[in-house]
Amino acid sequence: MKYLVLIAYRPGGWEEASDSQRAEWMDDHNRFHATVGSNIVAGEALAGPDAATTLRHKDGQPTLTDGPFAETAEMIGGFYLLEAPDLDTVTGWCEILPKGYSLEIRPCISMDMSA
Amino acid sequence: MTADLDRIWRDEWGRLLALLVGQFRRLDLAEDALADAFEAAARTWPRDGIPANPAAWLLTTARRRTLDRLRAEAMAARKEPLLVVDARTQEEAQRAMADPGDGPAALTDERLRLVFLCAHPALAPEAAAALTLRLVLGVSTADLARLFLVAEPTMAARLTRARKKLAVAGVPFALPSAQRLAERVDVVATVAYLAFTAGYAPGSGPDVVRAELAGEAIRLTRLLRTLISPYDNQHRSATAHLDALLALMLLQHSRRDARVDANGALVLLPDQDRSRWHGDEIDEALTLLGPFTEAPSPHDRRTTEVLLQALVAAEHAVASSAALTDWRRIAGLYAVLEERAPSPAVRLARAVAVAEADGPQAGLVLLEDLDESLPHSHRLPAIRAELLCRAGRGVEAEAAYQRAISLCANEAERTHLIARLAELDSGQPRGR
Repeated sequence: MKYLVLIAYRPGGWEEASDSQRAEWMDDHNRFHATVGSNIVAGEALAGPDAATTLRHKDGQPTLTDGPFAETAEMIGGFYLLEAPDLDTVTGWCEILPKGYSLEIRPCISMDMSA
Repeated sequence: MTADLDRIWRDEWGRLLALLVGQFRRLDLAEDALADAFEAAARTWPRDGIPANPAAWLLTTARRRTLDRLRAEAMAARKEPLLVVDARTQEEAQRAMADPGDGPAALTDERLRLVFLCAHPALAPEAAAALTLRLVLGVSTADLARLFLVAEPTMAARLTRARKKLAVAGVPFALPSAQRLAERVDVVATVAYLAFTAGYAPGSGPDVVRAELAGEAIRLTRLLRTLISPYDNQHRSATAHLDALLALMLLQHSRRDARVDANGALVLLPDQDRSRWHGDEIDEALTLLGPFTEAPSPHDRRTTEVLLQALVAAEHAVASSAALTDWRRIAGLYAVLEERAPSPAVRLARAVAVAEADGPQAGLVLLEDLDESLPHSHRLPAIRAELLCRAGRGVEAEAAYQRAISLCANEAERTHLIARLAELDSGQPRGR
């Protein structure tokens, strides 16, 4: 089954970090890639929330607003889409990622279009 | 007949349910079908007699019900999320179903998988506790609602949500890997202890009910201990944790009959009639603790915490009267506990023990820096008042009692505090 791992981080954390700290985080991601391998279906780092645009429909009309869904202390900074047999496997992999992250693990629903 | 069926329910529910889950991968279906099978047994066995192999009869009946339901769902084109069960487990369950054997012992025991499924860290602890009691021990939803003090529809909704989350999130019906075993047992132990303390929370319903829930939690811990032992042959750390936990539960539970008086009022430890403590349970706990008393240190943090609390409870259990309690030893155990797992609650308990061993002044010193971390606790000013009173500082004691009374929400404890203040005002504090 597929799982989306949403990576939340504290804004400014990367900018404030030292070079050695950043190198350590990169190492964590590299180890994650080496371990999970081809079970990574997709994964991207995202531009900051100030680059986000939100589209909602108001009175049937699409309306754009500047910024993310919700203002929170943590921001979505990236994601992985993983293929895994179960939740325990995913949490086991996620433990490799940098310890400062909060990771929301969401199973994807398999759409059976024929049903 | 009812007694026989109750016994079979207690002995077989979890095992049969685990087999049904292994084959059909649906918690809701397995549960309904097995409950139906027990109902059918209650109807037909009194007439036809108990079958030679009751477990096999129940399993066959439940299996038939499940297939009927699946057929009906297929007709209605409904699709429910399935649990993650690996192919081998599913095959084994199918084989056990096809040939339930000559006796219940021949059935595969999948209860451990079921425990690790229900008490999974992906569920909130309260939901996990209720689900584990329901699925592993077969405690009914109505009883769970009564035990956890919520309305039955609330409990039913909580269980439904938990069952659904396990399937949708892909929590596997599987044993954790060897390196995860100890931490997963920690979660199960937390769930069991939560169920246990839910029973003993002050003011949480009639005492009979509370003792019942505590009894179920002990049954769960016993079962887990038996099931885990073959899987834990490397470090025995999971077994050590469960031994300490079972001992702690047994020691606290052994006092249940002495905890309330004839009028249903709470009786505190020093005033309890020790002849009403359950000696067999105390003996069992002391035997469990035997191997630990030599070297209580080389365990993980959780085990050490549980163990030290159990050793404190054991000190009370072996004292033939309140006056003969070895408070110096208890104070020592709390000092170690505070060092390993510091918390305001542990400090409070330690202060009480130290006051008993070395006098009220020594206890008061330990309470000094607690106000900030416990601003709303009535227990801190209550204990301080008691110690000030014993130290002969009546004016300060009075103020502390008043503060404790203003913070106390529990009716029984409030009554007790008001009585103590009145004794102090009348100039005849009941000295201890």
